[in-house]
Formats: sequence, C-alpha cells, structure tokens
Amino acid sequence: MVSVATRAAIDAEIAKMPEKRGALLAALRLVQAEYGYLPPEVMEEVAQIFGLHPTEVFEVVSFYNHFHVQPRGRHEVNVCTSLTCSLRGGRGLLRQLQAYLGVRAGQTTEDGRISLGHEECLGACGNAPMLRIDDTYHLDLDWVRTQQLLDGLE
Amino acid sequence: MGHRVPHVTHYLTEHFADPGYTTLSGYRAQGGYETARRVLAEQSPEEVIGTLKNAGLKGRGGAGFDAGLKWSFMPRDQAGPSYLVCNADESEPGSFKDRVLMERGPHQLLEGILIPAFATGAATTFLYIRGEYAEPARILQRAIDEATAGGVLGSNVLGTGFAHQVVLVRGAGAYICGEETGLLESLEGKKGQPRRKPPYPAECGAFGRPTTVNNVETFCHVPHVFARGVDWFRSIGTEESPGTTLFGVSGHVERPGLYELPLGTRLDEIIFEHAGGVPGGRKLKAAIPGGVSMPLLPAGHLDVPMANEFLREHGSSLGTGGVIVMDETTCMVRVGCVISEFFRDESCGQCTQCREGTGWLHKLMLRIERGGGTEADLDVLEDVAGKMEGQTICAFADAAAWPVQALLRHFRSEFLEHVRAEKCPFPESFEL
Ligand SMILES: Cc1cc2nc3c(=O)[nH]c(=O)nc-3n(C[C@H](O)[C@H](O)[C@H](O)COP(=O)(O)O)c2cc1C
Ligand code: SF4
Repeated sequence: MVSVATRAAIDAEIAKMPEKRGALLAALRLVQAEYGYLPPEVMEEVAQIFGLHPTEVFEVVSFYNHFHVQPRGRHEVNVCTSLTCSLRGGRGLLRQLQAYLGVRAGQTTEDGRISLGHEECLGACGNAPMLRIDDTYHLDLDWVRTQQLLDGLE
Repeated sequence: MGHRVPHVTHYLTEHFADPGYTTLSGYRAQGGYETARRVLAEQSPEEVIGTLKNAGLKGRGGAGFDAGLKWSFMPRDQAGPSYLVCNADESEPGSFKDRVLMERGPHQLLEGILIPAFATGAATTFLYIRGEYAEPARILQRAIDEATAGGVLGSNVLGTGFAHQVVLVRGAGAYICGEETGLLESLEGKKGQPRRKPPYPAECGAFGRPTTVNNVETFCHVPHVFARGVDWFRSIGTEESPGTTLFGVSGHVERPGLYELPLGTRLDEIIFEHAGGVPGGRKLKAAIPGGVSMPLLPAGHLDVPMANEFLREHGSSLGTGGVIVMDETTCMVRVGCVISEFFRDESCGQCTQCREGTGWLHKLMLRIERGGGTEADLDVLEDVAGKMEGQTICAFADAAAWPVQALLRHFRSEFLEHVRAEKCPFPESFEL
C-alpha cells in the first residue's frame, strides 16, 4: 500500500488536472520515489486509484524511460551520449565508467550503489561532456572530476 | 510607435546575469508584468492577435510557424475551456536554450504566456517539461507559486479580471513527447504517441478541448513585442524572420554556449566570431545549423544567414538554432552512427516505415563504420531514407531521414573510403 503522504500527494496532482488520468505520470513518479521502483502490486494499486485496468498502467510505465519495474541502485548515473557530448568525449567517459564500476550501461553495481546508464541529449550541450546523477546535472567533466563525483556517492 | 526605444538586441537574456531576476520582486524591479497588465487592461483579444500577427514572430520550437497566426486559429465562441500548452520538452540533440530561459527568466516566460492566454481566452496553460529538467521544474514551480500568491496568476490576473492558471506537468523520458500531439497524449496520462492530424489541436487538443502548443522561447518574445512595439521588433532580424533567437553552439568550438543574436546572423559569424572558432588550430569540416534533425552543411556553405528563408536554399533549416560544429578530425560515418542510434531508440513505433527504417539506418551506418559495408549499402541507405520521408504520422521519420541524406550528399566519398579500406580511416575522430 502506498503511504498516506504519497496518496495525499497523488490526490493533489489529480486535483490540478481536468481529467483524473492526466495525473498518472505524476502519480507513478511519486510512487516510484517511495519504493525505488514500480512493483506489480503497486502498479495495480495505482490502476485502482485511476480506475484503469492494470495493463493500461503497465503500458504507460513501459513507454517512458524513467519508470522502472525492477529494483534500482541507490543512485542513477546517466552519461549523455548524444552527438554533442560524443564530439567532446561523452562516449569515452561512459567506457571509463563501465570499467571503473565493473558494470555495463543498463546494469547496477553489486553493492546496489549505482545504476549506470546513458541517455540521449540532456540539454546541456554547451557544457559537454556531462552526466546526470539522480536529479543533478554535472557539467564540463573530465575523468578526474567524474571519479571524484562517483567516489562521493553513498 | 513614436516613442524612442534603446536598441537592445539581446532582450531575452538582458537580465540573465542577475540572480534576483528569477524572483517576482526582482522581475518587477525591471518593469516585469507591467506590459501584460497594460495589454490585458487596455486591449481587446482581437487587437492583441492583430499585433502578434503584424509582429511576424515565428515559432522557435523547430517548425517556424507564425505564432500570431496559430493563436488566431483558436475558436473564441465555444462553450467550455480552451488551453495553451507550453512545450518545454526540449530534447532535440544540440538544443539547450529553453532550459536556460526557464532557469534564468521564469517570470519572463509566465508573462509571455499571459498575453496569448488572454488573446485566445485560454483558462489554463499546461507547462509540459521534460522529466530530466528537475532543476528548471523546481525554479518554475516556485515562480508559479509566487505569481499565484502575488495576484499575477489566478482568478484576477494583475487586477484585470482575467482568470488564468499555469499547471506544471513533468514528462518521464521520451523524446517523442516534444512532438505536439505526442505531448498532448502524454499530458493526458497516456503513452506519448503522436496523433493523426486532422483534427488539429486548435480544434481538438488537450482533453478534447481547443488547444495551442508553443515553444518556451516563442512565449518569451511576446512581452518584448508589446513593450517596445512591432516596428522595433521587426527592425531586428530579417524581413521574414524578425527578432533574435538563442543560438546554442556546441561541439568543436572554443567557447560553446548560448548566444542571443538577431535571426539572419551568418552561421560563420556565430561559429568564428561569437563561439571563438575551432580549437587547436584545426579546420572546420561541417556544421549542423539547428539540432541533429536538420541536414548538415559542409565548410564552404557556412556564409548562410541563419533564418529559414536562407537555410532552405542550402537544403537545411533553422530547427531549434542548435549549432553543432565538427572539426576536420571528425568521421562523418560515426556522426551518422550516433544520429541514427538516437532515432532508432526514440521512434515511438507506431509507423512501420519509421520503426523499421530507423533500425535499418543505424545497422547500415554501423556496418560501414566497422569496415563491413559495401558500395550497395550506400544505395540502400538512400533508399531507406527516401521511403521514410513524408509517409508517417509525425515528422520524426523525416527528421531521421534528412541527416542521413545530407551526410551522403556532402560526404559520400568518406563513406566510400570506409568501404574500400574496410575500416574507419579517421583514427583521430571522436570515440564511438
Ligand atoms: C519529433 C519532434 C520533436 C519535437 N520536439 C519539440 C520540442 O522538444 N520542443 C518544442 O518546442 N517543439 C518540438 N517539436 C515541435 C512541436 O511539434 C511544435 O511544432 C512546437 O512545439 C510548436 O511551437 P512553436 O510554434 O512555438 O515553435 C517537435 C516536433 C517533432 C516532429
Ligand atoms: S513517425 Fe515515428 S515517431 Fe512519429 S508517429 Fe510514426 S513511428 Fe511514431
């Protein structure tokens, strides 16, 4: 069951929209923040709140990159590999990260600390190469700085 | 417009160095919301639309459609609400202007929303922002809350009796939600798959209601048009494309970043004078004028004024104004690999030509890059790209085809070198 606080936050999102379903993405984000991912029974609960069939919720979840149906690491580290970052070493940075962490993009480190990934253009091309750790952008990176950022993660 | 105005040609970003500008009081200290108040109190919606049409402001989201004209399509005599949507999905690789406009000038955006909201009679603006933009979303929500508490938004906007609310909606990671009808689907809590048109959004948009979708930057120009007048606005830029825009320069340049300059500024001036040219004394090989969807231009074609009417003659387009610069070490097949990988990953999968075509383009590009390609593969690339154009529900498939066609048009010899050498002949190029 989602917590009382999360449920209240979902209701507040629903109140902002002309139709209930307009708050579905917001609700999924809130629930994912509580559980770290979207377990099936939680998606069913969300479906109930919205009066939808669970498969309708599952379809939406699988369409968007930010929703996860498997447990994730404590931190999301996503390297931008778009053309603009690639021209300035973004893909080299990803290769070094994979070697350093011993995982490939799309995997989580064994200690559950980091889920490594790469993303399309994050809209910071003037500061390439860059990566995103959870909700924070880190710009104008080199390998030394990147290593420091990683080592600082709990 | 008899009054004298200072010749400010960086009006959007003029106050962006001031951190106080993001607060309501700081924005008001620069005269903020005075223009919207005056327009809403003194003009009729028809007059406002008329001014916007005369201004000739072109949409800055990629397609360059006339903004005033689009707002004039909104029906005014229907019962029930109509909506504006601010498209803050900004995900075109090479584009980063909207993020800065939201982070440094959130109230400028809100003021820019209020004027067309009044003119179209919209009850609500949905500000749809890509999920990755957590920091801009936080700044915008704070600005919306401050504006609502301060009577700028809400049931009595700036004391004029007009009612308007702005609702921030966050995306969840899908490029296609930048396409306006994909965005509308996402806004309704569905998969962001673009709709067949007609009906167009002005008839049946968000939640089945009349809706107009505009880009963040398009809205940001509006207060300035009304503050300083149509004549002033049209004195900047070109005849067909008035005003400034934010050129985002990235890739192999000395000073990557955003440059607010008049439309029609020459591409080589932007790259060499403003962004400092190519580092390390290397030569420039090619540049993309407006985000990866737009056909690239080889060195030698860079004296083109950056406005659609001129770029068209060079077979390209302004797009989002994201200028991507590539130096002489750059392997153009690798560029093709990176771009086609993006389109393969982001196709929403509804149309066969797009779903299959983007996969093929990427596979062929990779094969050629790795030395396993044949001359016939170049023809297949051209053939696949040709079949993707103009055949699909949305323009994504065209945007996937154009860069490939431009690469083959201008750099066919490089593709052939790969085929003949059976490997990539550019060892110094960026890592793939
Ligand atoms: C595949 C695709 C992606 C798009 N992405 C964006 C985007 O991220 N931001 C944007 O403002 N417009 C984007 N557009 C253009 C929108 O469909 C729409 O034309 C635009 O938001 C209208 O605003 P404007 O008239 O103010 O330019 C995209 C179009 C296509 C076909
Ligand atoms: S062209 Fe591609 S992205 Fe657009 S609707 Fe068709 S499959 Fe989806």
